Amino acid sequence: MKRFAMLACAAAMAVSGCSTADGGSGTASASDARGAALGADGRVPYASTYQRYPGRPTALVGATVFDGRGGRIENGTVLFRDGEVVAVGDASLSTDGYDRIDGAGKFVTPGVIDIHSHLGDYPTPSVEAHSDGNEATSPMTPEVWAEHSVWPQDPGFTRALANGGVTALQILPGSANLTGGRSVTLKNVSARTVQGMKFPGAPYGMKMACGENPKRVYGGKGRMPSTRMGNFAVNRQMWLDAQAYDGEKRDLGKETLKGVLDGEILIHNHCYRADEMALVIDMAKEMGYKVTAFHHAVEAYKIGDLLRENDICSAIWADWYGFKMESYDGILENAALLQKAGACVVIHSDDANGIQRLNQEAAKAQAAGLRLGMDIPDADVIGWFTYNAAKAMGIGEMTGSLEAGKMADVVLWNGDPLSVYSRPEKVWIDGALMYDAMDRTRRPVSDFELGQPGEGDVK
Amino acid sequence: MMKASKRLSPLGAVGIALGLAGAFVGHAANAQDFAITGVTVATGDGSEPVENGAVLVRGGRVVYAGPASGMPATGGATAVDGQGAWVTPGIVAAVTTLGLLDVGGVGESNDSSARNSPFSAALDVAPIVNPNSQHILVHRAAGVTRAATTTSPSASIFGGQGAIIDLGADPDAVMRPRAFQMVALGEQGGRIAGGSRAAAHVLFRNALREAMRLGEDAQIPGRSSDRPETDLGDDVPIDPRLSGEYAERAGDVLLTRFDASALVPVVRGEQMLLVAVERASDIRSVLALKQEFPRLDMVLVGASEGWLVAQDIAAAGVPVIADGLDDLPQNFEELAATQSNIGRLAAAGVTVAINASAMENPRNLNQFAGNLVALSRVPGASGLSWGQALATITSVPARILGLEGRAGALTQGAAGDLVMWDGDPLEVGSTPTRVFIDGVEQPLENHQSKLKERYRDLDRGDLPKGYVW
Repeated sequence: MKRFAMLACAAAMAVSGCSTADGGSGTASASDARGAALGADGRVPYASTYQRYPGRPTALVGATVFDGRGGRIENGTVLFRDGEVVAVGDASLSTDGYDRIDGAGKFVTPGVIDIHSHLGDYPTPSVEAHSDGNEATSPMTPEVWAEHSVWPQDPGFTRALANGGVTALQILPGSANLTGGRSVTLKNVSARTVQGMKFPGAPYGMKMACGENPKRVYGGKGRMPSTRMGNFAVNRQMWLDAQAYDGEKRDLGKETLKGVLDGEILIHNHCYRADEMALVIDMAKEMGYKVTAFHHAVEAYKIGDLLRENDICSAIWADWYGFKMESYDGILENAALLQKAGACVVIHSDDANGIQRLNQEAAKAQAAGLRLGMDIPDADVIGWFTYNAAKAMGIGEMTGSLEAGKMADVVLWNGDPLSVYSRPEKVWIDGALMYDAMDRTRRPVSDFELGQPGEGDVK
Repeated sequence: MMKASKRLSPLGAVGIALGLAGAFVGHAANAQDFAITGVTVATGDGSEPVENGAVLVRGGRVVYAGPASGMPATGGATAVDGQGAWVTPGIVAAVTTLGLLDVGGVGESNDSSARNSPFSAALDVAPIVNPNSQHILVHRAAGVTRAATTTSPSASIFGGQGAIIDLGADPDAVMRPRAFQMVALGEQGGRIAGGSRAAAHVLFRNALREAMRLGEDAQIPGRSSDRPETDLGDDVPIDPRLSGEYAERAGDVLLTRFDASALVPVVRGEQMLLVAVERASDIRSVLALKQEFPRLDMVLVGASEGWLVAQDIAAAGVPVIADGLDDLPQNFEELAATQSNIGRLAAAGVTVAINASAMENPRNLNQFAGNLVALSRVPGASGLSWGQALATITSVPARILGLEGRAGALTQGAAGDLVMWDGDPLEVGSTPTRVFIDGVEQPLENHQSKLKERYRDLDRGDLPKGYVW
């Protein structure tokens, strides 16, 4: 009974954040390191050492296949080998040379992707010693990188995999600061180091926050900003200073901001209220950067047209509302109204429990649309927590959909993924079977949980 | 006492009832008689849903719910064609803060805890529940018809006296005031009491002894008699001044007389005691308190590690309002948390309901119940049947809260709390189309539904959006 207060939503009240990864499959190259200066050894710092695990050539046959980009195939076939999707089609595809898995009555989707997570930075047990998500000592900390806080042993990663089918996720700094720092994108593969989880080639993101959190945190300390106008003043001056950075003397914060101004680092902006989002859009135009996604955008439905025109995604919950003043106008129809306006919808979690049920959250939002008279096809709704998330994280060319040549990040569900009654049965990451509900040896147990009550339980 | 002052609003229309605060008014005067046919009925008692079902409500109470073939004569009851909808009892949400706050993060609007109050156990939510709270309106529209609502422990391990409320659109929300007391005895209780669970246990025992003595002083009957001598099982006997009715009152500054008075019905077993506790060893210690205070009418809340001690809980006959889907070691008292907790408790014979306070919104109780059904299809996991799952959010919490036969199930004589759903009520996305409380149809409009209508399109009109309402 940790929350014990309706809509306590402490996580959202407190803070959330953002950063990214680089490097190729095990061999990082400078060209992958967008937005990161090379180290003294001429190499990308903290480069990804992730290498895919072995997989077998696999053919999923007979299932309903959602490709993540609006496609739906009944009695479909998905072929993957050597870490990549080879082909997606109907029952006529040849499966010669592949292990066949009968998916009759089941469903196949791309791996689930969460654009907004704090796993590792706010791991469980969520004790003070583990609170590494907010460098809440200055309203601007573009110099911090979320990856330097990630604890790879967070048990939350395993739950997101087993119950949520999550194959990739973006870890963001929290929202205490106007500028929280860099995000990191991870493959949800158990590893000893964060480098071992870093998504090869993913661009960095930078977390920003508008609204209540920064002004509360710093106003509470008797320093600027203590108001929304203070938020903007601090932000604008920061960008002006960043524009003047010539890069001759290394400055970690300015390197990040320069990366944003150069379009190499993506802005993920925590922002609830429609009017504030509009102001941020104007600030971005004034200063010469682009907002990739507004996160927690509970009022996005009020400005779907503006978000469409500016090509900005809204990363949202289905039904969180009312836990803070700026969430008071949250409604279940948010996603559907955005879809209707032609704007980009991403369902996010910001929560170690919610990340296990992104599919269900999307289904709730879909149903709310239906009651508005909007029949949004299942195949489009699947995209809200697969391809759209990948696109907004800058990895849409590599994952997020089932298309030939893309990473074989795949979930086989034991039923309709938009039903409460369904769970992942098998999850492949880069073609390797990393979770299997039918085989308890295909289930990671974090170091922390070894020898503890419930070790290795299905959870 | 079943609150019953609901004014009739005609079926299919929206009306605001004018309940007479504090007065007992018979149902028959207010509620409309109606007979619903052409629906799938789930009675909430643990049984599976019945297709081609029917429900008859008269005088605000359920007369019949089951197969249409067994429907009694409907007399002059208004006929309602359910058109394939589902009908369930209203959802009973335990434990919540519904009616105690507008915005969680806005302290001025939030009465759900009283960290700086000198009082604790004496806190009573009955006079402060706001039936116009948007959270009540939103949850009514989501099919929640009754709730246990309470302040939470903050200044002391005792949270205060919670009430059972209904979510009807009338001024009279409190159905049963002071229905239960709340205490935290795990990690949270230890922190509040001074930094250790040991402090919480001493505080708890001291408080209950104070209450016991106070009850005696006031010559209130009901103190336990002939308790066995306390044996700690070691070589040092317990000092009689720390035990039983001989306990000295010196140093009782931890408890005001007002708070002690509020605990008298707890020690007498006349008021339920909700105990927030998670760890297996803490649960055992809580169950052991029954030896010292045998009349305690305890309910465990949380109990994330309950499955590890399921047999002990079952043997003690203590019901549990358990976290439904928590499966992370959120803290060191929940290392064994698993989504199979409720399934395993139920299998061991424990009376177990889903804890609404362990989710972001109590309106997601049905989603959580649906997930327990999903677990029954995962090898190695423990879930529930569909009927059992519905019961964990309807009849079981009602029974735990002392409302058996009155709410939470469509049984004869129960309150006419009904929800008509546009689909399987445990499925995500299913939504109530009509909600009845005490046989009175409820309005489902609220802040959210009005926002939805205002922003249904973004077209520029002749006037700003502010004129659309």
